[in-house]
Amino acid sequence: MDRSKFPEIVDGKSQYDLDSGRFVKIWNGPQHPGVTGNMALEVVISGDEVVDLKTHVGYLHRGFEKLMEQRLYIQNFPLVCRICVPEPDTNEYLYAAAVEELSGLEVPERAQWLRTLTLEMSRLASFIMWLGGQAGSFGMGTVGQWAVAVRDYVLDLFEAITGGRIYHMYITPGGVRDILPEGFDADLEDVLKKVEKFMHDAEIVLFHNAVFKKRTKGLGIITPDMIDPYGILGPNARAAGSTRDVRKDSPYAVYDKLEFNVIVGSDSDAYDRARCRFQEMQQSIELIRQIMEIMPRKGSFYNRPPNVLHWQIPPGETYVKAESTRGEYGYYVVSDGSNKPRRVYVKGPSYTHAVALFEQMAVGTNYADLPGLMVSLHTYPPEIER
Amino acid sequence: MNSLIKRLKMQFDVEEQTQRSNLSFINATALQLPALLTHLRDYEKYTQLIFLTAVDRIEDNQFQLTYMLADESSQNNIGVRVRIDRENAVMTSIAHLWHHARTYQQELREMFGIDFPGSPGVNDNFILEGWEEIPPMRRDFDTREYSEKTYFPRPGRSTTHPRTAMKAVDPDYPELPLMKGRVK
Repeated sequence: MDRSKFPEIVDGKSQYDLDSGRFVKIWNGPQHPGVTGNMALEVVISGDEVVDLKTHVGYLHRGFEKLMEQRLYIQNFPLVCRICVPEPDTNEYLYAAAVEELSGLEVPERAQWLRTLTLEMSRLASFIMWLGGQAGSFGMGTVGQWAVAVRDYVLDLFEAITGGRIYHMYITPGGVRDILPEGFDADLEDVLKKVEKFMHDAEIVLFHNAVFKKRTKGLGIITPDMIDPYGILGPNARAAGSTRDVRKDSPYAVYDKLEFNVIVGSDSDAYDRARCRFQEMQQSIELIRQIMEIMPRKGSFYNRPPNVLHWQIPPGETYVKAESTRGEYGYYVVSDGSNKPRRVYVKGPSYTHAVALFEQMAVGTNYADLPGLMVSLHTYPPEIER
Repeated sequence: MNSLIKRLKMQFDVEEQTQRSNLSFINATALQLPALLTHLRDYEKYTQLIFLTAVDRIEDNQFQLTYMLADESSQNNIGVRVRIDRENAVMTSIAHLWHHARTYQQELREMFGIDFPGSPGVNDNFILEGWEEIPPMRRDFDTREYSEKTYFPRPGRSTTHPRTAMKAVDPDYPELPLMKGRVK
């Protein structure tokens, strides 16, 4: 980008002069309909062009990592899901996987299938929420309203399996809490058909919409050479040609037994990212159907760990990762041999996307496109603050 | 992974610990870290910095910094561990190697008090504003003591039984009949 018309950058800060009358500073958020979650954007504009942007986080900081150091391993299990509201199951799975690896606890095969099922269902719910947000950020609130309604059907399924709609607390160290309820298969198929109907409608009104195309084509281009220097992951990187997908590269749970291809884009802009995510939604539905078809229906679903109130994990450290809707999600857990973790570090993909990358990409865009650009990076602030 | 560790051992003074077939940790000194990370990035195709975080090893009066890297295909991870002095916690910045490293370093400066001289915006607020205590992620930061000192104390509930709790706040709370079959 030609930065000659923009103020000089010294020590990472733009040297704009507000007294010159050429620039206006605007605060977006933390409560703002155009900002995902509770995040504040300090935007400097010249006319309607963004000259400088700084992301401010901390409005959702609840000190999860510090809390986890002070609780028993089992007490952290209902805590981790709260780090990502729209897709909590990835956190549950990763925390359980890290504890299982450090303690040597085996997981029954049936539990691995049930875990994969809930992971894919939460992926679908998270993508539905994103699709509504992406449409809403470009003024198409109707798709947003459809999305909220359809996501609720998926949440009904979660309620049937786990008892919880938002936070499921289903994947526990040693397996899962329960098997599927009676009549679940038919309910699931019914919901999947509703989601497909919604996606069919969204395809017509969103992806074939001239306004949406005009505003997203060429917006927020991520070139392949930006992927590593900015730590870009998931669909954001895949839309730029990357083929990395943890489900394929380092299969966890039962992803090695499922048939699917990594969805890759080429145009690298907001429209292509939306297309990639839309295709991943379709893929998620196919994966759920595959799982339901070949999943074992008998056998143990839970290996009981030792008395969880006195459960001491041998000293060691590990890093486990899984593919979330935003990209690689990871848990780095350090144990010192006591009954509480020494350190838990939660690596959410939004950490790099919403700060270093977004601050760079926003410069030069139209101010009105800023919310759409942010949603096209699919960021969730709680992952940044933890 | 094994051949990589062998090559690294020939050039750097590192110790290795294999956790899984696709995850290894290596211990390095703070002095050789920039060269080691540059080597891994440029010659061994560990091009992606997944995260940078710290573990407070208060019993040794040290901080452990963990740099987690991933190779090009994202199949293998290598965690580079470095110990630094806890009292004078200063580490070389790697913001010149990865753009997003500055965010990690800014957070570590705030949460652990580890300085990274030269890292852009390292002294800016990241999550906390107007923080005057010791960095909160240090092991010796007492969260309970801080909240008792900072926030207005409220009397807690002496019981978790709903009826007794309601009686405590409202003496006129009616005596409802117990449900049949419930233990009193």
